[in-house]
Amino acid sequence: MSRSLIQASGLSVHFPIGSGLFVKQLLKAVDNVSIEIEKGSFFGLVGESGSGKTTLGRALLKAVPISAGTAHYDDGEVAYDLQELDGAELKDYRTRAQLIFQDPYAALSPRMTVRDIIAEPLEVMGLTKGRAETDERVREIAARCRLNLEHLRRFPHAFSGGQRQRISIARALVSGPKFVVADESVAALDVSIQADVLNLLKQLQDELGLTFMFISHDLSVVAHTCDHVAVMYLGRLIETAPTRKLFEAPRHPYTKALFSAIPSLDPDDDKTAQKLAGEIPSPTDQPPGCKFQTRCPHAIDICRSQEPALETEDGHDVACHRWKELMNLVAA
Amino acid sequence: MTPLIEVENLTLQFRTDEGLITAVEDVSFTLMKGEVMGLVGESGSGKSVTAKSLMHLNARNAVYSPESRITLHTDTGTVDVLSLRTPRELNVVRGGAISMIFQEPMASFAPAITIGKQMVEQLLLHSDMSKGTAKSVSVEMLDRVGISDATRRFDQYAFELSGGMRQRAMIAMALSTNPSLLIADEPTTALDVTIQAQVIDLMKDLVSEFGMGIIFITHDLGVVAQTADRVNVMYLGRIVEEGPVREVIRNPRHPYTQGLIAALPKLEDLDAPLTPVPGDIPSPLERPAGCVFNTRCSQVVGEECMALVPMNCRLDETHSVACHIYREAAE
Ligand SMILES: Nc1ncnc2c1ncn2[C@@H]1O[C@H](COP(=O)(O)OP(=O)(O)OP(=O)(O)O)[C@@H](O)[C@H]1O
Ligand SMILES: Nc1ncnc2c1ncn2[C@@H]1O[C@H](COP(=O)(O)OP(=O)(O)OP(=O)(O)O)[C@@H](O)[C@H]1O
Ligand code: SF4
Ligand code: SF4
Ligand SMILES: [Mg+2]
Ligand SMILES: [Mg+2]
Repeated sequence: MSRSLIQASGLSVHFPIGSGLFVKQLLKAVDNVSIEIEKGSFFGLVGESGSGKTTLGRALLKAVPISAGTAHYDDGEVAYDLQELDGAELKDYRTRAQLIFQDPYAALSPRMTVRDIIAEPLEVMGLTKGRAETDERVREIAARCRLNLEHLRRFPHAFSGGQRQRISIARALVSGPKFVVADESVAALDVSIQADVLNLLKQLQDELGLTFMFISHDLSVVAHTCDHVAVMYLGRLIETAPTRKLFEAPRHPYTKALFSAIPSLDPDDDKTAQKLAGEIPSPTDQPPGCKFQTRCPHAIDICRSQEPALETEDGHDVACHRWKELMNLVAA
Repeated sequence: MTPLIEVENLTLQFRTDEGLITAVEDVSFTLMKGEVMGLVGESGSGKSVTAKSLMHLNARNAVYSPESRITLHTDTGTVDVLSLRTPRELNVVRGGAISMIFQEPMASFAPAITIGKQMVEQLLLHSDMSKGTAKSVSVEMLDRVGISDATRRFDQYAFELSGGMRQRAMIAMALSTNPSLLIADEPTTALDVTIQAQVIDLMKDLVSEFGMGIIFITHDLGVVAQTADRVNVMYLGRIVEEGPVREVIRNPRHPYTQGLIAALPKLEDLDAPLTPVPGDIPSPLERPAGCVFNTRCSQVVGEECMALVPMNCRLDETHSVACHIYREAAE
């Protein structure tokens, strides 16, 4: 049995944009990403807005077309090649891979009760034999998400942020998935509530044997919940490592800048964050060579002409021509 | 130091289909000239509504209590903000003495007008500049906030700029009228942390250069720690704690502030378990009687927490907290 639940290689998602007959530009939202997600892991995905996190998550859920590359899914019961999945197998995959929406209510009728919202995936996918079985499964998952029978009868607008997020989680888990993508699931919550939802996700992972892909822009949250983290920049995967390794010794200049820019809780901490100048380039107008060269303080000629490949050392991957040299510089 | 704006007993409700919703209750604070005040609190705690009141800018269904009073001190005199009625009167505060930067900069730029044109129009409305002067002031302002190639950007539309650049343009527009109070409502929430760091630096520079007062609204305590002199913590429409940033972060006194700081995931200690404040925030339709935090508080001192709204207790000249634990300290 394979150790990894998801193994992607050279995965790309390109969106054609622009109007007109001849001016078809390609927006490379995810480009040539190779990634491995171990069974039972809590895999974090970070990166600036627009770097392709959501698109990568959606590609792995088969919710956007894969333009190039392969993605293999193997949960021990079934194995699928996602890039060519369709028909009955795709239908089956939809029960095994689910997304927790940040706010699913936007797309739902306000007249649906919490019970209806959680039951909908079962009904749409025809996973139960009748109302009794549906209710049974809804009650079961709701209880795990600390929602009681009284909650199930009410309407979502009557709930607070934390409860609403627990309803979204129950809805995503009701079909019994193995792989769950949580996209900014705690971003809108008050810090005092956020920790509660994170603890619940960890508990559910444990009880139900889930594998999570956790997308977040909050590095402190990722550091505390994920066992493995990948960093994206302009559609590329630039660094990935076990959480502790990554936070203790980041290798990529962008990751280093990202960590040092987290505002400190200590008002007197005047750590001169390695302030990055400049803006993130537009995804339709990407620089040649390393995608980070327009902002990197260490860029040299080769960075401007040749894109660095992902190099692995000690289970820690990084895509930078100069990472070793720069690490030695710090050590010296 | 002289006061810039004084808020007294601000209570604000909204008329809705489900009845009257209390968004802000008995909020009082004073901002001094040149001071940066952080306003933190959970989503829905009333931060934006409080800020908009300072410009008398809330939606039509807003009802201010008769005790509510907002006094703005300008160079030319004192303005009773909530008594302003006509657009002409309101222009004195909106975009004049007070400018606001919104969380989503797209919302504050009209999509079909160039950035430059909007800046110029605003300047013409609030000053007696000529069109030519207004244009050069605008370009200079864009340049000041670090937008390269400002003359070209002047003729661009908001959607053509990146998120960080748009936020800078927004700041440039807010500052061009030389306001004495700048309200920044989550100005960095939508930004990457590396861009956020740039914007925070920029705002710090601008305070020391222009000396205006700033109200900085955010839910990120790290951002407050790095920007503000003082902080107000809000919960369910009330200010529960108020004091110098160092004091409040190092030595929080209100049980909610304490819980909030304990719940923050700390990068220094990755093994520490995450400790949430138990329970959920009550919906505004189910505001608890007595102390608004009593449904989640682990330090309830007695019946008074359920029945009596705690008064503001001064711990020292600068730090105060609204909680029954400290009642004796106040007496
Ligand atoms: N359906 C689509 N058509 C065209 N472009 C798209 C589409 N979906 C996403 N994009 C573009 O792809 C890029 C990556 O977007 P994505 O939403 O994956 O980023 P993200 O890292 O999740 O950002 P955020 O942190 O803001 O959620 C962006 O430039 C986005 O505008
Ligand atoms: N026009 C309105 N009608 C009815 N209720 C409103 C209106 N505007 C705001 N509210 C309510 O007032 C309360 C306070 O809202 P406010 O926007 O000030 O919160 P906030 O602290 O800024 O939250 P966030 O962090 O999410 O921006 C909320 O319960 C909100 O739903
Ligand atoms: S490859 Fe060059 S430009 Fe890219 S991150 Fe490394 S040093 Fe910087
Ligand atoms: S007044 Fe009572 S319930 Fe409120 S915070 Fe203080 S101790 Fe807790
Ligand atoms: Mg996203
Ligand atoms: Mg707000």
